[in-house]
Amino acid sequence: MGQIQLKKVTKSFGSTEVIPPLDLTIEDGEFTVFVGPSGCGKSTLLRLIAGLEDITTGHIEIDGQDATSVVPAKRGLAMVFQSYALYPHMSVRKNIAFPLRMAKLSQTAIDQKVEAAASVLNLTDYLDRRPGQLSGGQRQRVAIGRAIVREPSAFLFDEPLSNLDAALRVGMRLEISELHERLKTTMVYVTHDQVEAMTMADKIVVLQAGVIEQVGTPLELYRTPRNIFVAGFIGSPKMNFMTGSEAAKHSAHTIGIRPEHINVVESGGDWQGTVGVAEHLGSDTFFHIHNTGLAETLTVRAIGDVSLKHGDTIHLSPRVDDIHRFDAAGLRIS
Amino acid sequence: MATKASRSAARIMMAPAVVLLLGWMLVPLIMTLWFSFTKYLPLRGDSIERGLDWVGFSNYVRFISSSSFWPAVHTTLIMVGGVLLITVVLGILLAMLLDQPFWGQGVVRILVIAPFFVMPTVSALVWKNMIMDPVNGIFAHLWRFFGAEPVAWLQDASLSSIIMIVSWQWLPFATLILLTAIQSLDSEQVEAAEMDGAPSLKRFWHIVLPHLARAITIVILIQTIFLLSIFAEIFVTTGGAFGTRTLTYLIFQRVIDSQNIGLGSAGGVYAIILANIVAIFLMRIVGKNLDA
Repeated sequence: MGQIQLKKVTKSFGSTEVIPPLDLTIEDGEFTVFVGPSGCGKSTLLRLIAGLEDITTGHIEIDGQDATSVVPAKRGLAMVFQSYALYPHMSVRKNIAFPLRMAKLSQTAIDQKVEAAASVLNLTDYLDRRPGQLSGGQRQRVAIGRAIVREPSAFLFDEPLSNLDAALRVGMRLEISELHERLKTTMVYVTHDQVEAMTMADKIVVLQAGVIEQVGTPLELYRTPRNIFVAGFIGSPKMNFMTGSEAAKHSAHTIGIRPEHINVVESGGDWQGTVGVAEHLGSDTFFHIHNTGLAETLTVRAIGDVSLKHGDTIHLSPRVDDIHRFDAAGLRIS
Repeated sequence: MATKASRSAARIMMAPAVVLLLGWMLVPLIMTLWFSFTKYLPLRGDSIERGLDWVGFSNYVRFISSSSFWPAVHTTLIMVGGVLLITVVLGILLAMLLDQPFWGQGVVRILVIAPFFVMPTVSALVWKNMIMDPVNGIFAHLWRFFGAEPVAWLQDASLSSIIMIVSWQWLPFATLILLTAIQSLDSEQVEAAEMDGAPSLKRFWHIVLPHLARAITIVILIQTIFLLSIFAEIFVTTGGAFGTRTLTYLIFQRVIDSQNIGLGSAGGVYAIILANIVAIFLMRIVGKNLDA
């Protein structure tokens, strides 16, 4: 079990309110990702759930039990920190065994659980090393191992991949997703990287300035963003926004269209402009287009390697069905 | 320091300092060794110009067979050990206290360092006359206020009193080094331990204390070097009486009071040996903490 409910939770540091009243339910077994720009309060929210920060008002319930004033250790949650927070003077074995020792388990039970966790995470060969002798990815796995052995009702991850290089990050992303498939335990994951959110989450919570902008599955957020902020935040490269006459044509204050929903055509097309930077990735090409008269730059994603260069004129035709319309307050018009 | 030329230039430029330091250490050391094998009593007319009589190991035998030698070694070890224990334990507690956010932190931290700036002679005199004096001292007033008989500190608890004075002087040093060490502790580690179910005492034992190990080692090593040669505090308080005669003080008495330079030099060589024994023990016990 691992259902977490936040009821009218607020958090203030001194007189600054970081999180205005917030309601959220994280269902048992769900992989929930908190995503948002830095300083949006997503880490604070995670620390409130963990109990490392006291909430100012409101209630937190874990499995239906009020956990608002329960100490962190007794909430049955395990946390993986951004810096991994491994104990540098202990071997990997002792690191993983630490929560079990604190729970006063017998030595045989501890050994058994540590071995099991190590084999799950491919750490068996490193058990007697110190954290300082491990690579970033291995340290990350030790931190996860330390969380797993406690058999928590939910895992909390605080930007766990941000200290890894790009290749390792993709690998660890898969490992964490696989771990979730295997354990079926509730996981709450904080990140500022929307790609991590999209790839891993069952449910994404988009936060801005402590306010939940939208909650939904990755594809819901991609297809029907509730407002301009979510539309701009989810999806890579970013959605293009236009105001003025082009928006008026679709009877909206602002319209948005994703780079992948604009087709590059030989000639004609609704829009045209000059190619600024062209990023050739092989599988796709991203064009940054100027002088369209629509927006300062327009980003377009073309499938495959399209051989247009800097300074070339490009003809574009947007897919009208995929245009998102927003009103003056930035909310979606359905 | 990459090229051959810059390396040799560096060597040439370092040479004066190296030569000076070596001279500073080697000349007195060799002179002490030389004197320790001679009869050198200036009041009886011995002098270097007239040549000193070689007496072999008799100074060494006399120094070690004196009834005051072993008690002096004993006193030295108790004094060094006592001060180390007090400064490290209180230093850790004070450092943790000062690490907490509180109003006036900056001023308090400066005040904590203050005793370290007071000269040993001055602080010993202040303690002797203003705090520990059995008639006018603060302690005496305090004792009388509670209806107790004032304690003649430097007579009846002389060694403990000097340990207290020296600890007061060295506590700031220990606190300061340990405070900087505590400040470098990753707060996420402590939080992780908290999540792992470690109550505060266990967090201290398993996380904070191991993190401080290196700093504690440095405090112990540096303090030991200075504590083995404590002199002023003993000189101005008890003058070596009431069981406060350390090896350093015994050597002083042999050279200055008895005007026996040969005997004192032999004592000096014993002091070097004692310091090295202590150093070997310390390096064995705590030195491994210095390896990264």
